[in-house]
Amino acid sequence: MKAIRAIAVNTFREAVRNKILYSLVFFALVMMLFSLVLDQATVGQRNKIIKDLGLGSINIFGVIIAIVVGINLVYKEIEKRTIYPILAKPVRRSQFLIGKYFGILLTLAVEMLFMSSFLFLLVLFYEGVFDAHLPLALFMIFIELAVVSAFAIFFSSFSTPFLSGMFTFAIYVIGHLTSYLQEFGANTGSAVLKHLTTFFYYVLPNLERFNLKAEAVYQLPIESGRIVLSLLYAFLYIVMVLTLSVLSFERRDFK
Amino acid sequence: MMPMLKAIETKGLTKVFRSGLSMKPLLALSNLSLSVESGTIFGFLGPNGAGKTTTIKLLTGLIHPTSGSAFIFGKSVQNITSREKMGFLPERPYFYEYLTGLEFLHFCGQLFGFSRSTRDKKIDALFELVQLKGSEKIQMRQYSKGMLQRIGLAQALFNDPELVIMDEPMSGLDPIGRKEVRDIILHLKDEGKTVFFSTHILSDAELICDEVAILIQGELRNQGRLERLLNPKIKSIDLCLKGISKEMCRKIKTMTSSLAVHGETVLISVENEHRLEKLLAWVAVQKAQVISITPRKETLEDLFLEESKVGVKS
Repeated sequence: MKAIRAIAVNTFREAVRNKILYSLVFFALVMMLFSLVLDQATVGQRNKIIKDLGLGSINIFGVIIAIVVGINLVYKEIEKRTIYPILAKPVRRSQFLIGKYFGILLTLAVEMLFMSSFLFLLVLFYEGVFDAHLPLALFMIFIELAVVSAFAIFFSSFSTPFLSGMFTFAIYVIGHLTSYLQEFGANTGSAVLKHLTTFFYYVLPNLERFNLKAEAVYQLPIESGRIVLSLLYAFLYIVMVLTLSVLSFERRDFK
Repeated sequence: MMPMLKAIETKGLTKVFRSGLSMKPLLALSNLSLSVESGTIFGFLGPNGAGKTTTIKLLTGLIHPTSGSAFIFGKSVQNITSREKMGFLPERPYFYEYLTGLEFLHFCGQLFGFSRSTRDKKIDALFELVQLKGSEKIQMRQYSKGMLQRIGLAQALFNDPELVIMDEPMSGLDPIGRKEVRDIILHLKDEGKTVFFSTHILSDAELICDEVAILIQGELRNQGRLERLLNPKIKSIDLCLKGISKEMCRKIKTMTSSLAVHGETVLISVENEHRLEKLLAWVAVQKAQVISITPRKETLEDLFLEESKVGVKS
């Protein structure tokens, strides 16, 4: 447990001392401020625009950070051979990988807290109050990032950063389109294609589950059952993807 | 009394790498059976590409054997507990450049699960041992090669290991740096630890090793105590002469096969003392001048070259 914590904290420290992270956060803040300009063009919709653009930028920049940090995590350790002295100590490869995963979660959590406070301030300033929907939507974005990071770790446990980045981004995009995937398969009329799309529908993560942005912006009701199920879904998904990562990582030779 | 556990023992250790799209097999290590007694300094010698690093990676669990097995103090290297009593210094070590030396050693201590106060005490002593006092709070991106080697040694010694494995610990260091590493290795031996290190710098091995193994093209060529491997008898005697005419050179050539002329001096090599006596007597009659007589014993280098030749032939 101590080894996992040490690796997680070290991963966080690496990310925090990396300048790329700051520029990404900076861009996200600029995007949010942009909503104030847009507001001039849309009378009376100010709050919706601030929330919509705010949640959107936190989400997209969160995904970019998750992918950028995630795909480099393991690869860089092997490429620069910094992993050698660690694994030559009584540290399991699974501990290393899980430590890395918690490290990226910690990085994302801190980054999200920072960007969220900025959004809260904006909303508070223009609306005076904010409801529970907004933090809930932000929390679900974090859960989505946790799933995406697990994939980034999985791909980077056996492939190069470039490919891992492509794969992870593909998972993110497809993850938001899985419901269309099933529909598409059903409409083609081909049995093979139908089975194939159904297979992918169940294997790939359905990231739309974590999307509460519309509910937060338009103040729509959110069922608590849906949240609980989504959390369970995310948890099982992360455990499964990390297990696969560990299995592939255990077998690997560090040449 | 229980028999002492071997620090390292390998049985038929073999590693085949497969690379590229064709998955062409490359035999990196073939059927290595090695045993290292605890408390010794063991030199693992071989030219570049002989399989030294492959062996060390197998011992530290960084790669998995294709066949065969390896044990550290009787524990299989597949088991992570085998690494509890082990310290490892990688080749050309490179560590997190964004950490300071102090942060890095704390991180290593945390990996072993040491408490903050234990870590503080150990780190202080380690910085002292590897002579990095004063550089604790500098980011490692600013460390020189020699400093990286030293912080590498410090992290390898954190758990007070019984066995220290070092991959080319002297490569890339200046003569002073090499001597410092040698001194640390000897210091570790004094503390009763086993040191296993790979090198292709033979003089370093000759100076400090109790035992060596020679690895060539993935195969173990020779293993044993240095004094047993090296022939202690005089191999040849080098003789340096001055004031030798061409006429005399021709005469000398009939007495020895090895003769080299450098300006005024002539360098001759004779096989044994009997021949030397005959030659010296003759030189005295010719009134030539003897500058030096140097007996040559077999060195590790000779042995190494001999083994390499066998390797090339086979």
